Amino acid sequence: MWDYCGHSLEVARLRGATYADVRMMHHRQRDLTTKSGRVGTLGQSDSIGLGIRVVANGAWGFASTDQLTRDGVAACASQAVAIARSSALAKKENVRLAPEGTYIDSWQGPCVKDPFELPLESQLDLLLAVDAAMRQVKGVTLSETDMQFRKIDTWFASSSGSQIHQRRVTSGCGIVATAFQGGEIQKRSYPNSFGGQHVLGGYELIEAMELLRQAPRVAEEAVALHSAPQCPEKAGTLILGGSQLGLQIHESVGHPIELDRVLGQEANFAGTSFLTLDKLHNLRYASPIVNIVADARMAHGAGLGTFAYDDEGVPAQCIEVIRDGEFHGYLSSRETAHLIGLPRSGGTVRTEGWNRLPMIRMTNVSILPGPWTFENLIADTDDGILMDTNRSWSIDDRRYQFQFSTEIGWEIKGGKKGRMLKNPSYSGITTEFWNSCDAVTNADNWVLWGTPNCGKGQPMQVMGTGHGASPARFRNVKIGTAFSNQ
Amino acid sequence: MSALKKQSDSKRTPAVALRAERELHQIAARVLRLAKERGVPETEVHIDETIQALTRFANNTIHQNVAEQGLVVSIRTVVEGCTARVTTNRVDEDSLRSAIDNCLSLASHQPKDPRLLPMPGKQKYGAVRHFSPATAALTADDRARAVKNACQFAEKRGQVAAGIFSSGQSQSVLVNSRELSAAYRQTHATFSVTMQQGSAASWAKANSGDVRQVDPPALAKIASEKAARAQNPVECEPGKYTVVLEPAAALDLVGFLFYDFAATAVADKRSCLSGRVGKAIFGENITITDDPYHPLQLGAPFDGEGIPRQRVVLVDGGVVKNLVYSRRSAKQAGKKPTGHGFPLPNEYGEAPLNLVVEGGKTSLEEMIASTDQGLLVTRLWYIREVDPYEKIMTGMTRDGLFQIEKGKISHAARNFRFNQSVLKMLRNVECLGPARRATGEEAFEMVVPPMKIRNFHFSEVTKF
Repeated sequence: MWDYCGHSLEVARLRGATYADVRMMHHRQRDLTTKSGRVGTLGQSDSIGLGIRVVANGAWGFASTDQLTRDGVAACASQAVAIARSSALAKKENVRLAPEGTYIDSWQGPCVKDPFELPLESQLDLLLAVDAAMRQVKGVTLSETDMQFRKIDTWFASSSGSQIHQRRVTSGCGIVATAFQGGEIQKRSYPNSFGGQHVLGGYELIEAMELLRQAPRVAEEAVALHSAPQCPEKAGTLILGGSQLGLQIHESVGHPIELDRVLGQEANFAGTSFLTLDKLHNLRYASPIVNIVADARMAHGAGLGTFAYDDEGVPAQCIEVIRDGEFHGYLSSRETAHLIGLPRSGGTVRTEGWNRLPMIRMTNVSILPGPWTFENLIADTDDGILMDTNRSWSIDDRRYQFQFSTEIGWEIKGGKKGRMLKNPSYSGITTEFWNSCDAVTNADNWVLWGTPNCGKGQPMQVMGTGHGASPARFRNVKIGTAFSNQ
Repeated sequence: MSALKKQSDSKRTPAVALRAERELHQIAARVLRLAKERGVPETEVHIDETIQALTRFANNTIHQNVAEQGLVVSIRTVVEGCTARVTTNRVDEDSLRSAIDNCLSLASHQPKDPRLLPMPGKQKYGAVRHFSPATAALTADDRARAVKNACQFAEKRGQVAAGIFSSGQSQSVLVNSRELSAAYRQTHATFSVTMQQGSAASWAKANSGDVRQVDPPALAKIASEKAARAQNPVECEPGKYTVVLEPAAALDLVGFLFYDFAATAVADKRSCLSGRVGKAIFGENITITDDPYHPLQLGAPFDGEGIPRQRVVLVDGGVVKNLVYSRRSAKQAGKKPTGHGFPLPNEYGEAPLNLVVEGGKTSLEEMIASTDQGLLVTRLWYIREVDPYEKIMTGMTRDGLFQIEKGKISHAARNFRFNQSVLKMLRNVECLGPARRATGEEAFEMVVPPMKIRNFHFSEVTKF
C-alpha cells in the first residue's frame, strides 16, 4: 500500500506538484434487511482504490483510480497534476495551506466483535425474529429491519512526509413498524428512524440495542398513533427527545458552521450560511445554558465522527462551537484556517471514499449535558409537548428557517406525560430557537447518535456524523404548522 | 457546443476512454465460468464502468476539480431458492473467485425464498442512442474555459458565480447463466450556475447526454439577469398563492411521486396510490408516462434483472392507469413485468425512472401575463415528505422567488416554506407549458413542463 502511495506522490512531484496527499482506501460493507418476514437486501461490497490531491500552478487537482499498479497510480497522479493546471486557468489566488506536523502513525477504532467475522445466520436470525415480533401486533401492515456494517482502512501519505494508517469499523441497525389504516400511514422506528443508530464499533452495538425487547412497543405505538389526536397548532413549550435534538443540532448548528459554506464554496448546491465571518465571537447563538462542541477525539465517544486523524492528516481535535450560548468556532480545513485567524486546521476534512475529494465535514457535533434529570424536566413542565424520532426535516439554504416533524408526540400537562399525539411538527428560526432553550438533561440521558446519511459536495458524498444529545426543553416554539391549512 | 469552441489542441488535457465492450463481456464470462466450476446453478453478473469529471467553481474561481475512473463487478448467485449479491472492484481471477465464494456463503445462510423466480433468459431490447463522442471527448481544459467565461461574465456585472461543469461516460453489461446478455453505454454533461449579487442569488442548470445541448453562456446569462432582478425582496404574508413553477421546481415536486407508482410500494401499503389505482385523483390535464425511449431521456433499455423497459402510461387525464412491475411483483399481481425492477435481492421492488409529464401550449410568459396576483418560483430546495398518504411535502423556495402583480413580475420576494400536498397540487394545475428535460437537486432528471397552479400553500417566510 505504502509503495503505491509513495510512487504516486513522487510522480506528482516530478510532474510539478508543489503539494500532494494521497489516500488509498479499502472499503468493505455488509447490508442486511428484512421486510414482512422475508430477507430483503443481502449483500456485501468490497472496493479498493487510490485518490490523489495535488497543488500545481497554485491550484487544486484531484484524480482517483482503481488501477492499483505502479503504472496505474502514476497515470492517476499525472492526471491530477494536469487537472490542477486546468484549474489554474480560472484561478484568483494561489492555494495556501495552514502548517501541519508530520505524523507516522497507525490507529484502530474500537471494535469488540468484528461483524464481518461473526456468523451471518445469527445476524439474519435476529432481524427475522424482530420482524416477526412486530408483525404479531394487530394492525401492523409492514415490518422492516436493517443492519449495516462497514470496515474502512485508509492509508494516508503526504508530500510533507506523513504516513498514517487508520481502521474504522462502524455498525448500525434499525427497525420500523408501519400501520396503514383509514387513509393514513403511521410508523414507529427504533432506535432511530432512517436506518437506526450507527456508531464506531462492532456487533456489540447491535446487542446493546435489545431490538427484540423493543419490537412489540414499536409496533404497538405505530398502531396506537391512528387513535391518537392530531398535534395541535400553537406556540408553546417543546421537549425534544435525544435523537431528534441530535438532528436539530446537525441541521441548525453543524451545517452552518462549515467554513466552506460560509465562504460561498457550496453556494450552488448545499447553500451558504447565515454565520458570516463577522459573527465569530460576536453572536448570541443560543441561551447561556447551551454548550456545543465539534469533537472528533475518542474521549468524546465512539461516534461516526470519531477518528485519530482527518483526511488531510490533521490530528483529531475538540472545537468549542458554542460556549455559554456564544458562537466561538467554525469547522475548518488547512486551506481555510487562516481566514479565521487560526494557526492550524480544525481537523474536520473527510472523504467518503478513495474516489472522492476530502472536504470540510462535521465530526461529532454535540450538545454537552445539562443538570436536569429527565423526570425533573417533565415534572417541571406545566404545559408542553414531547416529540421524538424524526419523520421529516427541512431547512433553508442559509440555515435560518427550519421545520421538523417527528413520528410521535405526547402531551405534558401539570408535570406529567399524558396522551399520545400524532403528526407532531415544529418550526422556527435557528438562533431564535436555540435562544429559547431553558433546560438540557444530564449525562444519564446523553447518547452519541449517529447520522449515517449526511449528503454534501459535488459529486455527492455521503458521510456519517455524530451528534451527542440529551433531551432538552424549548419555550414559545411554533408547533403544528406542517399540517395546518391542508 | 460553446464549451468546445476555444479549445487549444496543443494543450488539451487528455480525455480518458471506456474499455471496449468486449472486455466487459470477457470479465463477465470469466465470472460465469468460475461460478460454473463451483457448481452454482444460476449466476448473474452486472458490470458497470464509469468515467466522471467535475469542475466546481465558487467566488469566480475554480476551487475543486476532480476526475474518477472505476469498474465494479456485481455478482448474484442462486442456490436452492436462496440468493445474495456481492460487489467488488477487483477483477483478477482470485478476487472474482473469492467474490463468488462470499456470495454463495451469504446466500446459504438464509431461509429459502419460495417466491424467488428463476433468472430470465435471452431478451430483445429497444434501441437507444445516448452516447455522444463530443461529450466523451470533453477535457478538464474545456470545462475550465467554460467556467472561466462564466466567472468573467459574473465579474463584469458585479456578481459572484458558483457552480459545476461535469461530464462523464459510463457503460453497463448484464449477463446471466441463462444466456441473457445486455449492454448499454451513455454520456452525460451538466452545467449549473448560481449568480450572487449582494445578498440575492439566482440559478440555472441544464443536463443532457450530449454536451452540445448544454449552453453554459446562456445559462450564466439567465442566472445573472434573474439575480439582478432578485434585489431587495419584499416580505409577503404566508398563505395560499397562485404560483408559476418553472420546470425545475415542478420536477422537484412531481419527482417525489416516482416510487408511489411501484407495484411493490402499493402492495406494502406505503404508496399514496394504495386504494387509488383506477381513480381520478389528479386534474384532467395531467398525463404522466414512464418512457425510457423519449428523445430527452437517458438510461438503459433494461432493468436490474435484464428485462426490457416498457413505456408505461402511469396517469392518463388525471386517472391513475398503471403501476410498474418487476418480475416478482408482476407475478404476485398477475401482470406482466414492465422492466422496472431493481437488481435483486432488494425489498423495494421497482420504480419508474424516466418520467415524462405531458406538457401544454402556454408559455411561461403567458402564464405570468394571465396572473393577477401570484409568485414565480425558480427552484425548490430541501423537500421532504411530511405525510406519505396525502403526499404533503415541505421545502423552501430558493434562488429567485418573484412576486407577480397584474400580469407582470413586480418584485423579488423573500423565500417561503411550503407545506403542500402534491396530489392536491396536481388537481389545481390551471395550465401547462411545453415539456422539456429539467434538472434540479431534489429529484432525478425528467421531462416536465412549467405549471401554473392555484392555491399553493406557503406556511412560513424566512429572513432572505
